[in-house]
Amino acid sequence: MKKSYKIEVDCAACADKMEVAAKKTPGVKDAVVNFMALKMNVEFEEGQNPKAVMEEVRANCKKIEDEFEIYL
Amino acid sequence: MNKKQKKMLIRILVSAALLGILTILGKMEILPQNGIVRFVLYCIPYAIIGYDVLMKAFKRIKNHQMFDECFLMAVATVGAIALALYSGSGDYVEAIAVMLFYQVGEWFQSYAVGKSRKNISELMDIRPDYANIERDGNIEKVDPDEVEIGSIIVVQPGEKVPLDGVVVEGSSTLNTAALTGESVPRTVHTGDEIISGCINETGVLKIQTTKEFWDSTVSKILDLVENASSRKSKSEDFITKFARVYTPAVVYAAIALAVLPPLCRLVLGMAPAWGMWVYRALTFLVASCPCALVISIPLSFFAGIGGASKEGVLVKGSNYLEALSQTKTIVFDKTGTLTQGVFEVQGVYHNTLPEAELIEYAALAESASSHPISKSIQRAYGKQIDRSRVTDIQEIGGNGVVATVDGKHIAVGNDKLMKSEGVSYKDSEEIGTIIHIAIDNVYVGHILISDVIKASSKEAIERLRKIGIKDTVMLTGDATKVANQVAKELGISKVYSELLPSDKVEKVEELLANASEKQKVAFVGDGINDAPVLRRADIGIAMGAMGSDAAIEAADIVLMDDDPKKIAKAIKISRKCLRIVYQNIFFAIGIKVGCLLLVAVGLAGMWLAVFADVGVMILAVLNAIRTLFVKNL
Repeated sequence: MKKSYKIEVDCAACADKMEVAAKKTPGVKDAVVNFMALKMNVEFEEGQNPKAVMEEVRANCKKIEDEFEIYL
Repeated sequence: MNKKQKKMLIRILVSAALLGILTILGKMEILPQNGIVRFVLYCIPYAIIGYDVLMKAFKRIKNHQMFDECFLMAVATVGAIALALYSGSGDYVEAIAVMLFYQVGEWFQSYAVGKSRKNISELMDIRPDYANIERDGNIEKVDPDEVEIGSIIVVQPGEKVPLDGVVVEGSSTLNTAALTGESVPRTVHTGDEIISGCINETGVLKIQTTKEFWDSTVSKILDLVENASSRKSKSEDFITKFARVYTPAVVYAAIALAVLPPLCRLVLGMAPAWGMWVYRALTFLVASCPCALVISIPLSFFAGIGGASKEGVLVKGSNYLEALSQTKTIVFDKTGTLTQGVFEVQGVYHNTLPEAELIEYAALAESASSHPISKSIQRAYGKQIDRSRVTDIQEIGGNGVVATVDGKHIAVGNDKLMKSEGVSYKDSEEIGTIIHIAIDNVYVGHILISDVIKASSKEAIERLRKIGIKDTVMLTGDATKVANQVAKELGISKVYSELLPSDKVEKVEELLANASEKQKVAFVGDGINDAPVLRRADIGIAMGAMGSDAAIEAADIVLMDDDPKKIAKAIKISRKCLRIVYQNIFFAIGIKVGCLLLVAVGLAGMWLAVFADVGVMILAVLNAIRTLFVKNL
């Protein structure tokens, strides 16, 4: 399953870091952060609850950058 | 400006003012030349401008993620202050100015990116906010998401068409400029199909919707454009990887610069001069920030894709924009791409039956086919087709149709079909598509059908030649005679005719095999029955996306209207974009490397370093924004 989320991020380098962090989160098959459109497209692994996974993703991203935000 | 940017601007101004006052006070010798009072006073503007950078850097250290620009700036400025305090020079201005310039750069970057984001989304402002739905004679405004298929919606003049559908009442002119870049309005009447995203200009239209909102053209296009920059180009990938390696590398280089030369001097018995080398290392860090690259490359692609969509060219990803700029060969499908794809029956020849009867048999046999040629025969027949008279329909791809009509075995198709049926046929003198007809294996004549070349095709090929694309190829399933004539008229260099759909894929594969890595092969088709070829080519360009989902799905680049001239334009846009990307890469890396060398040998101080960083970034961003302007290409 794929979903798209609106995000807030300050710089392109940070966006790249968020992408790496999101990809590492369990339950995420693939993630792409689009800095210019301020969107994160996430592909979930089979049988995962997107909401719970995204909470994790948000927590992981916040660890790296406070100002980062995902609108779930 | 958003709230964050406003706050930052205030911090920049306050800090700059305080720094100015302190400097003047220092010049007037009111301020102590060194000591704790001076230190504390100078800390105020530094804290105002740099507290967030320091906090971020501190967090990075805690998370073991230290190699980024905040960390570089924090180390450099704190280091410079510590050095000034330790050496007793009391020169804190430099460190504060560095932080100040860094923040000015960040602010500018955020402003520029925000601005171009807004520009591009304004270009693509086709999202309808509401739909007027008619309920019990009253008009209600609802969210387009809630409109079900088959509902009747009303579109007033000046409103956007919110959903795809069919006009059931009224006629009007539509402005499709936002979708196609075409400024001539399109006229619609009752019974015409209408796509969402157009603006209704003159009359009130009642539309019966045929799709839900998420499936409508406008949603698909928006989705496509918004996600376009997620497909990253090689240049973007390069920059991302570069930044990941680069920052740690410069930090280690800076450490080496701070430690190794003094140690060597100690070994050689000279004074180590720690202060000087640490200062050089800090300056080195300031000069090394990679932001110019990291920001300007994606910005260029984003602006390029935005500019192209304004012209009615949808590019599905930065990678395709990059590939398009390297296109050396363009392969065209003939029907529907270079020609209008509107076939018309021109006449019936060598017929042994009355003309009307012959067309009737052909139309019945072809009744199940949606091929443009079949359609034209059905149109020429002009009456309702009684499907019950037709059985055993067999479509033979690329050749024709065999069916049983009124108990008779009918074969309708080209000469290959006649050969396989064992029917001797008569050749035609005319140029056009020849459809032979045999009844019970007896030849009864042929129908001549011809297609009209699009008015803009010739100019399109000429423009391509002008921009250096000499290799133009045309593929068609049509007869050699017709194909050659069209190619000659248009000035196409190579023609392959009488191809089956699968042959087209093979031909494109052949061209791909002959081209080198940097010579991309683009295929232009209309998305009808050439989807596999669109996918197989390096770049699939689909024409006339208005209404054709297959084209939007299969292609990498979609031309919103039927105009093949847009291909040359799209290539020009891609070349401009890539030119700017390379300019920025070389410019930014060149200046960086130059400055780093100057700093390492001690020829440049922190002032130059910060100008190298912020100045290059601002120039690169301004250069990137240039990509947005594509009107006069």
